[in-house]
Amino acid sequence: MTDTGYDEWLAAIADGEGYYLACPDGHGSLPPRRSCPHCGAAELTEEPLPATGEVLTFTEVHVPAPNFADEAPYVTAVASFGPVRLTGVVRDLPADEVDLGTTVSVGVGENATTDERLVVFRPASE
Amino acid sequence: MTNVRIAGVGLTKFGSHPERTGRDLFAEAALAAREDAGVSRDDYEEIFYGNFMGELAEKQGHQGPVMAEAAGLDCPATRYEQACASAGVAFRQAVATIRSGAADVVLAGGMERMNNLGTAEVTQSLAIAADELFEVRAGVTFPGAYALMARAYFDAFGGDSEDLAHIAVKNHANAMQNDYAQFHREITVDDALESPVVADPLSLYDACPITDGASAVVLVSDDYAERHGLDAPVSVTGSGQGGDKAALQDRPHLARTPAATKAADAAYADAGIGPDDVDVAEVHDCFTIAEVLALESLGLYDHGEGVGAAARGETTRDGDLPVNLSGGLKAKGHPVGATGTAQVVEMTKLLRGDHGNSDAVPDARVGVTHNAGGTVASAVVHVLEVDR
Repeated sequence: MTDTGYDEWLAAIADGEGYYLACPDGHGSLPPRRSCPHCGAAELTEEPLPATGEVLTFTEVHVPAPNFADEAPYVTAVASFGPVRLTGVVRDLPADEVDLGTTVSVGVGENATTDERLVVFRPASE
Repeated sequence: MTNVRIAGVGLTKFGSHPERTGRDLFAEAALAAREDAGVSRDDYEEIFYGNFMGELAEKQGHQGPVMAEAAGLDCPATRYEQACASAGVAFRQAVATIRSGAADVVLAGGMERMNNLGTAEVTQSLAIAADELFEVRAGVTFPGAYALMARAYFDAFGGDSEDLAHIAVKNHANAMQNDYAQFHREITVDDALESPVVADPLSLYDACPITDGASAVVLVSDDYAERHGLDAPVSVTGSGQGGDKAALQDRPHLARTPAATKAADAAYADAGIGPDDVDVAEVHDCFTIAEVLALESLGLYDHGEGVGAAARGETTRDGDLPVNLSGGLKAKGHPVGATGTAQVVEMTKLLRGDHGNSDAVPDARVGVTHNAGGTVASAVVHVLEVDR
């Protein structure tokens, strides 16, 4: 099944050309979307997603849902990328080295259980 | 505007009843509420019913008419789905309907059957209350979502796992006097701290159990209560609802729940009271951190102060502001779609004086219920007041 708008966004991130949507007032949001969730403006443009983000909060999930059965334990984090925040799975960084403020880059990986593509954070090379 | 009175309440025992159908559970609660109310069957005009995962658990959509039949009633019945706030919004609609004058007698309630699914399937089913594209696909389970909020809270305001453990200990202790609660087992702070990690910093004892159960409330207008001489001392004097972005990532604060603040402010204004007037509260503690966020959103504590309330003994049975005397979702149990009205049932009994823990609040006049959906993307708050 395809998810128009979302799939294209993931593909762009995978190609290193991630973007977010900006409204005339400068609010950021993620596709698929037809209006700004913050002010309702319908004029949205694609702007480049910052290359790195900062971890705002995270958790190591020990009890997964079936769609992550083969991943547990895994770290999920919310990270800030300029005007938008993304939620993704942290890879290539041990759980005990993830912290608030950790700088990460965003990419796309594969869910080992479902083969679905997913947002992945990796330690950013300084 | 018509005053709304609670004429009757009913519950099933909360717990693991994998063999019992949803309609059987709801029938038990609804018949108990009807018996408690003593209202003629022909006078029921509408049913407002909450349920979250019925399609997944029982492959049953369109549950309204099924549940009306189960309740032995012949009237329109509508299902409300708002994740864990399903029965809360159903109750709010019931209140609005009587206030508008459109009906004098309605039944509000909810039901959830969960234990016939395995833990993994329940985890998956609950996760659909989160944002599917942006959270579920990134591995966010429900405990995981609240863990994200707990870590953000500790970072913003302080507090730690031991503070949360005190909340679990308190709610388990309160459940000891509640015959309808899922757990009748006291725990210690060490038990909680040593329980297996589910999604750090949350452990097993920070989480509510998987619960089957149903709840029901009969609501009547003042006029109807008077004409029929009903003994209905508890009124619903305030109702409020608030909303927020579905995904945590889209909210400015990860350690606050403004949807509940909006719901509380609206409910207080509706009732003409403020947080200082609240004598007792039943809040949505699906996880221990959720009780903290609830207390702060309700204005009962400043941001950063709620986390230590149980440890300081302020929200315990003997404290100034007992919270979750029912045992809360943590120990009473959390049949998701039934919880909102279950809180109303517990609060009504606490205020009427026929709850196992009523002796903890003998002079209570004002009670508040707080029911949250998802990671509080939805919140419903009600104010209940008793004639004294």
